[in-house]
Amino acid sequence: MGPMKKKYEAGEATKYITRAQALKKLQLNLKDFRRLCILKGVYPREPNNRKKAQKGKLDKKTLYYVKDIRFLSHEPLIWKFRDFKVFMRKMKTAMEKGDKETVARLKENKPSMKLDHLVKERYPTFMDALNDLDDCLTLCFFYSTLPRDTKVPANLISLCRRLTVEFLHYVIAAKALRKVFISVKGIYYQVEIKGQPVTMLINHQRGFKPTSASDVDYRIMTNFVDFYTSMLGFINFRLYHSINLQYPPKLPGITVKEDATDEDAVEEYNELVAALNSSLVTNVPQAEEEVQIDEFPSAEGAEKLEEAKREAEAIERLKSLFKGLKFFISREVPRESVVFVIRSCDGEVSWDPSIFAGATYDETDESITHQIVDRPSVDKQYLSRYYIQPQWLFDCINFRRLLPVEDYFIGANLPPHISPFVTERLGDYIPPERQMLLALQRGETLPAEQEEEEEEEEDESEDDSSDEEEEEGKVEKKEPIKSQVVKEKKGMKVMRGRVEMPDVKGMEEEDKEHYKFRELMIRNKDKRLYRSMMKNRRNREREAKRLENKRKQHEKEEKSLKKSTSSGKALTAKWSIQPLSATSDTQTKKMKMM
Amino acid sequence: MATASKSAKRRYEIVENKGNSEDVDDIIEAQVSDNADDSTDEESSEYSGLEDDEEDDSGDEEDESAWEEASDEDEEDDDEEQDMSTNEDSEDDSEDKVAPTAVPIEQVESSTTAEEPAKPVEDEYAYDSSDEEDLRNTVGNIPMNWYDEYPHIGYDLEGKPILKPKRGDEIDNFLRKMENPESWRTVYDPQTGQDVVLSNEDVELIKNVMGSRIPDGSYNPYEPWVDWFTNEVMETPVTGRPEHKRSFIPSRIEAMKVGRMVHAIKMGWMKPRVPKDTSVERHKYYLMWNADDKSEDVRRIENPIPAPKPRLPGHAESYNPPPEYAFSDREIAQWNRLADTPYQRKFPFVPKRFSSLRAVPAYDRFARERFVRCLDLYLCPRAKKMRLTIQPEDLVPQLPKPRDLQPFPTVCSMIFKGHKGLVRTISHDPSGQFLISGSDDQTLKVWEVATGRCFKTFEVKGTVRCVSWCPNSAIALVAAAVDNNVYLINPGVGDRLVQAKTDEILKEMPAQTDYLIPQRVRAVLTWNEPDKEQWASGFRVILTHFKAVKHVAWHSKGDYFSSVMPEGDNRSVLIHQLSRRRSQLPFSKSKGLVQCTLFHPLRPYLFVATQRHVRVYNLLKQELTKKLITGAKWISSLAVHPGGDNVLVGTHDRRLCWFDLDLSTKPYQALRHHGQGIRAVAFHKRYPLFASGSDDCSAIVSHGMVYNDLLKNPTIVPLKKLRGHDKFDDFGVFDVLFHPTQPWLFTSGADGTIRLYT
Repeated sequence: MGPMKKKYEAGEATKYITRAQALKKLQLNLKDFRRLCILKGVYPREPNNRKKAQKGKLDKKTLYYVKDIRFLSHEPLIWKFRDFKVFMRKMKTAMEKGDKETVARLKENKPSMKLDHLVKERYPTFMDALNDLDDCLTLCFFYSTLPRDTKVPANLISLCRRLTVEFLHYVIAAKALRKVFISVKGIYYQVEIKGQPVTMLINHQRGFKPTSASDVDYRIMTNFVDFYTSMLGFINFRLYHSINLQYPPKLPGITVKEDATDEDAVEEYNELVAALNSSLVTNVPQAEEEVQIDEFPSAEGAEKLEEAKREAEAIERLKSLFKGLKFFISREVPRESVVFVIRSCDGEVSWDPSIFAGATYDETDESITHQIVDRPSVDKQYLSRYYIQPQWLFDCINFRRLLPVEDYFIGANLPPHISPFVTERLGDYIPPERQMLLALQRGETLPAEQEEEEEEEEDESEDDSSDEEEEEGKVEKKEPIKSQVVKEKKGMKVMRGRVEMPDVKGMEEEDKEHYKFRELMIRNKDKRLYRSMMKNRRNREREAKRLENKRKQHEKEEKSLKKSTSSGKALTAKWSIQPLSATSDTQTKKMKMM
Repeated sequence: MATASKSAKRRYEIVENKGNSEDVDDIIEAQVSDNADDSTDEESSEYSGLEDDEEDDSGDEEDESAWEEASDEDEEDDDEEQDMSTNEDSEDDSEDKVAPTAVPIEQVESSTTAEEPAKPVEDEYAYDSSDEEDLRNTVGNIPMNWYDEYPHIGYDLEGKPILKPKRGDEIDNFLRKMENPESWRTVYDPQTGQDVVLSNEDVELIKNVMGSRIPDGSYNPYEPWVDWFTNEVMETPVTGRPEHKRSFIPSRIEAMKVGRMVHAIKMGWMKPRVPKDTSVERHKYYLMWNADDKSEDVRRIENPIPAPKPRLPGHAESYNPPPEYAFSDREIAQWNRLADTPYQRKFPFVPKRFSSLRAVPAYDRFARERFVRCLDLYLCPRAKKMRLTIQPEDLVPQLPKPRDLQPFPTVCSMIFKGHKGLVRTISHDPSGQFLISGSDDQTLKVWEVATGRCFKTFEVKGTVRCVSWCPNSAIALVAAAVDNNVYLINPGVGDRLVQAKTDEILKEMPAQTDYLIPQRVRAVLTWNEPDKEQWASGFRVILTHFKAVKHVAWHSKGDYFSSVMPEGDNRSVLIHQLSRRRSQLPFSKSKGLVQCTLFHPLRPYLFVATQRHVRVYNLLKQELTKKLITGAKWISSLAVHPGGDNVLVGTHDRRLCWFDLDLSTKPYQALRHHGQGIRAVAFHKRYPLFASGSDDCSAIVSHGMVYNDLLKNPTIVPLKKLRGHDKFDDFGVFDVLFHPTQPWLFTSGADGTIRLYT
């Protein structure tokens, strides 16, 4: 027999290390360790058996993989941290001595870190990087809107701004925008890059409200943003490269020297780039490829194939949704988001030049088809254009077709704006607007107006037809009785057999009882899971029912209100869909007008 | 203080009066009354009152400084001292403050009672000794609570006990407190047992100490500063040495250094610093990934788990949500109520409709939410978890449909009415033509199954616990357990020949020639012949037991039968042989409360169900072959499959256990589909059916197929719940019984009916 085995010297116990142990091993303080973890993307792990992993201790500890910590210990950044510590010490002494020359010299030689290798290491493939882009974009957009007087370094804010604008330019150029949603938190945009959906949230740009230090620690977020800026820069570079755009973005016709000293000129140029209103310089003019889905003869996948085709068609439609439309933005509308949305669907847009640089045409331009306004009324209206609210743009993109503008006219009571990100499970509540959208996606056309007409017709014809039907019914009822009687009277030997209706109700009850017995026979091991699943399902059903009832109640109230004021359109009529050819029609109309 | 010297003189007077301790009571009373009178005077001013005392200068008058230290100076001139005390001179202050200066209350009170005779009390303070050591109490510095139980508080110099001064009761004390304006400065001195009024100096001292100031009020901490060492710079230096020549001549070494530098610059070795543009270098981007999916070999962290994506927004988050998502007033109130526990809220915001995009405010939790997400990314432990993609229906086992398992009883087709009490037990004859039932109304009834007619009624004295028809079709005999007796009854229905033959067999007792009934059996049971009357009414043999019999069961051959007396301890099970009229007690030890016994249908085994276990005994070898562990608290009933390898056990704790004797001693399957305790279980002889009857007034028929193939386990499918019986006294169904040939089920219930389900 060998030596006695000791507990916690093999297996799970040797795989994990607590944070305190890790700090000791790396000889770092908590602040540096945190920074290192954020930059390197090292996070705690949940062990399979916590008691074993903690070597028998029962209090909950933050556990890391021993291998991860060993991996961290080889990181050259640790030396940079130490250099920085020395630098700070030297600076402090020099400052206290009042040695200005030394301070200047030290400042010049301030140690700086490069995080390029971390990007490569954390995301070995480009797809990995895209997969992790959501948080990166949202945080960078948030940082780009911070005021300069926060605790965040100003150059980081401007860098964020630069990178995010570059990203928006890419989305516009690649026409990658798929879904948008205005929420109370901000505006969500879903972009499709290389088949991967990337969702970003951009906050509403109102005034900045400082948060208390206990709520938000900007130092931690800045650590994240440090890494995210590197990551986003490389991703932007790769994205620009993939669609043959020059990086950094260049505007056609304007040349600014690389090492321009005139800061104003640089700033002006940056603003023009940030206007998002002109396409960028491409490296090589490329011919667009028409990608068609190959048809594979497969019986079972036919439906799926059909669906995929429809989807591809819809996306193609979405890419040039606003083509030929000319928009003008009023000053109260959030410029950047609206310009981004319009431009990524191939529309033309301009605004009052006093708001922002980069306006291309004036409000007086007669060829403008739509003016986006977000105020109750406008004094001077042009007859040649629609005055619509910004929600129209967002709804159009979600529906992937141009919606009728009537519901979105200036001062109109807007139809609800629903989230395009919801995926319903069985038994969930689906609001009617969403049902409409789903029906459209399935390729159905809901001729709501026709329905209405039919209803009216029915109403008209009800009086006539109901009588007729009743009569018919009576006749039908009478006839068989008569015939039977006749047959009986004849007294022939064989009676016609009657079809016995199956006892549906009894069968149902039987099935119910059988199911109950089956439920009782569930294995003990699965019983709890089954119960919790059923409970969740019941809760979901209850919630759906509640919402449905609420909606019904609301509609009833609306109806009574409308009746009292005037006869209005039904809800379904609101959602009548413009025919697909509408775009071309309007185009031709506009052409005529011009 | 002022009267300190006077007190010294007065001491003598009081020494004289010291002996008159018997007058103490009177004096205190007088003091109380005086006190009331004086109160107005004393309110005006403490000092004035005191001064008055001195002016009165009566013999018994006490001074406030008796408590004070009577130092030598105090004993000097009266008048001077008087002035000094009021003015608080600095000279005496130090002494005054250090010493606790206080006046016994009685002195103050009695101050105006000048006309009173000399004070007889042994008043500590009568002697002017202001030193505590000078007190006449000789007990020393000890905790005075040692004297709490005694009438005295110590001993004087002569060794006589010093009595405690009387303190009156609480009401007196309270009244005195109310009336005495000095009460706020009166303290109790445990050393002497007297109340002491603190003087002004004492109060001042205490105030200073409590306010953490210097106790001596006269000390001035802000005395003028004396500048001992001047801070002014002297006009003439200490030394008049002229500066060295070196300080005027430029340094040679420095000149050399500069020269070297100049040379280096000339030669182009030394260049001015070029300012580094770190930002440009750092944010220089290049093509990092050449392809989308191909990865080079990079060292990465161990087993990376990508962070879960942030949650996507639902309809409620919209700035213009559908009306059903916007919060109603009630929901808003509920949202507000959860202000202390915001994590319980459904949303972190209130869903609400904004009329236009312009009206949407900034989301004030935006920064916080981003921050929390960042925290999650680097602080949250990650693990890969399997997500269930199954529907709950997938967990429910697939059972064959009852429709495919027909025939089985489904409808109640006949109700046998006639009993007036609970029908505890039923049994059918071997052919299935007749049914016998035993009830609490002390009757046994024989029914014809086909017509539902009651053929016969047997009156017995006592409740019928169990009836069992002899399975041998050659004789017509029923065993019925009634109280202490087991009756063997010829029911008198069916084939007459068989009846007659049965009578013939049982008419004569077989000769017990060389058989001697063992003592143990004789103490338990006697075989009795019925009298003529009983014979005429059908009773053939009567077995009288020493305890109540609860259960009888026949062997399949019909010659042996067993009876169970649960209260019989180690003699609770008896096996009788009818042909030889012999009985035996198979067990010598009690293994628990025996509920029932059954014979194995094919082999010589006996199943004995006690409260918790079922034991299987081999009757030939006379040993225990198996012990079935039910896991139940109380077994109620037992049934054996006609094949003999499967046993069904019903328990009072709602469980129905199916044992496969070949598999294990633990239940093959335990069903809990009854709402209440199970009373009876039964197997069908031909069809793969079994049934259980319970107190919830229902019987459940199940399919229980046993295969001959040993590799195949029995299939058990519950088929139908048969309802119909009414509840009576918390009892529902008492007994269930299958028809021997048809898929019919009989149930007997507490409502006095028997039901036939077909």
